[in-house]
Amino acid sequence: MDFNSGRSLLEICDREKMPIYEVMRRREQFLKEITREECDRKMKKALDIMKNSVHESLEQPVKSVGGLIGGEAKKVRDHRREGKAICGEVLSRAISHSMAVLELNASMGLIVAAPTAGSSGVVPGLLLALQEVYDFTDQEILNALYTAGAVGYLLMRNASVAGAEAGCQAEVGAASAMAAAASVELFGGTAAQCLDAASTALANLLGLVCDPIAGLVEAPCQSRNAIGVSNALTCAEISLSGVKQLIPFDEMVETMYRVGRRIPFELRETALGGCAATPTGCAKQCEIFQNREK
Amino acid sequence: MSLISVFDVIGPNMVGPSSSHTAGAASVALMAQKLFQKEIKEVVFTLYGSFAKTYRGHGTDRALVGGIMGFDTDDLRIRDSFQIAQERGLKYHFEKNTVEDEVHPNTVDICMTGKDGSVMTVRGVSVGGGKIKIVRMNGVNVEFTGEYSTLVVIQNDKPGVVAHITTCLSQVNANIAFMRLFREEKGARAYTIVESDEKIPEEVLTHIRKNPNVEDLILIQI
Repeated sequence: MDFNSGRSLLEICDREKMPIYEVMRRREQFLKEITREECDRKMKKALDIMKNSVHESLEQPVKSVGGLIGGEAKKVRDHRREGKAICGEVLSRAISHSMAVLELNASMGLIVAAPTAGSSGVVPGLLLALQEVYDFTDQEILNALYTAGAVGYLLMRNASVAGAEAGCQAEVGAASAMAAAASVELFGGTAAQCLDAASTALANLLGLVCDPIAGLVEAPCQSRNAIGVSNALTCAEISLSGVKQLIPFDEMVETMYRVGRRIPFELRETALGGCAATPTGCAKQCEIFQNREK
Repeated sequence: MSLISVFDVIGPNMVGPSSSHTAGAASVALMAQKLFQKEIKEVVFTLYGSFAKTYRGHGTDRALVGGIMGFDTDDLRIRDSFQIAQERGLKYHFEKNTVEDEVHPNTVDICMTGKDGSVMTVRGVSVGGGKIKIVRMNGVNVEFTGEYSTLVVIQNDKPGVVAHITTCLSQVNANIAFMRLFREEKGARAYTIVESDEKIPEEVLTHIRKNPNVEDLILIQI
């Protein structure tokens, strides 16, 4: 039941007449020698943490450790509640959810890295927004998380999900690909459509740099998570419409990694380039470090 | 390379903000205190590379102190670990080493002093996504992840010790995933590290201890 590429995953799905999540769950059961129930119980724990993480900072917004963010998710939520959202219900919810997770993460709250802490808002942000709007059951969301896990596993195995290694395209890009595939799964897409959506999501964020101000997982990470959900939703819509992706998932994973390795050092989580190196970014960094010395 | 679990992707469940700088740091310290197996009176953390530069903003310091007190990556007490350490009478101190650049950027040396006066130093590396490696124990280079049940045998580097260990393990029907021997120099102290997918039966410790060249044993179960 094990697979090492998108292609071999699709072969198994086809041969065994199984969706991606079922293949991924059985792989895990075999790997850890656990029952289906134990496996789902563990995933349910992650889902419970995710559910809390999209709400906690909306109820009680707190400043992040570095002080760069705090309270943004609530603003987006309130804007929607006033009937002013221009993105529609699903996307507006997904945006505020994803931003809320990043706020909680930045204030040392409890989150689920998916695949990383810096990109932890994307997968729960979109999946929980879809659950709220379309009334998906928890079991359906659990299944979607295995699908997201399958995509993330292939990215970890065959590329990288570390910003320091391959830029933000490897963190938010990967999370976006995971969320796109999981969304297609929720709406009954085929395994091939899931990977098509994931491939498109990677392509759209190809080359995205990792340039956190003061080296902290705060800004622009928070709004990058919001673009991660927007991109995932867009790619899921395209794929579910029957549009095929030209470039197979495996090729996209490989090229994401190659591009990532060519991103200059300054733009791979070192806080020496991009947003971090703007005059304002530098000033914020000085401010944070000076406050600490005091 | 160990196999990637779905919970390495959808996970770890963790206190933020960084899987490498917060969760990984907590895991390294948690493993260090498990290896030490004693009540800790004082601990000194020496931080290298990126850990040394950004440890405050990522809560690396609080995560390390939390891990030393036995808190896992998803334990919210990590936030208040300094205060809890004070209440428990645990002394902690941070040092920065920005000179040595031959180490992985997310490296920490953890020097623990027990209430009985004994000392152990463990070097851990946070390799990304919350995953860790222990790479040095008391000055001897080793390598293991703690993802498996791990048996550490501290022994004199004499013939027959490894054969004795494997015999004992086969007697209790333990299935070995990895087994490696590390030593500082020929004839000196050596470390045998055994990793197993399942729990290693504790009775094996009594058998292994019978060999006079075995100095100490540490067993960490998953």
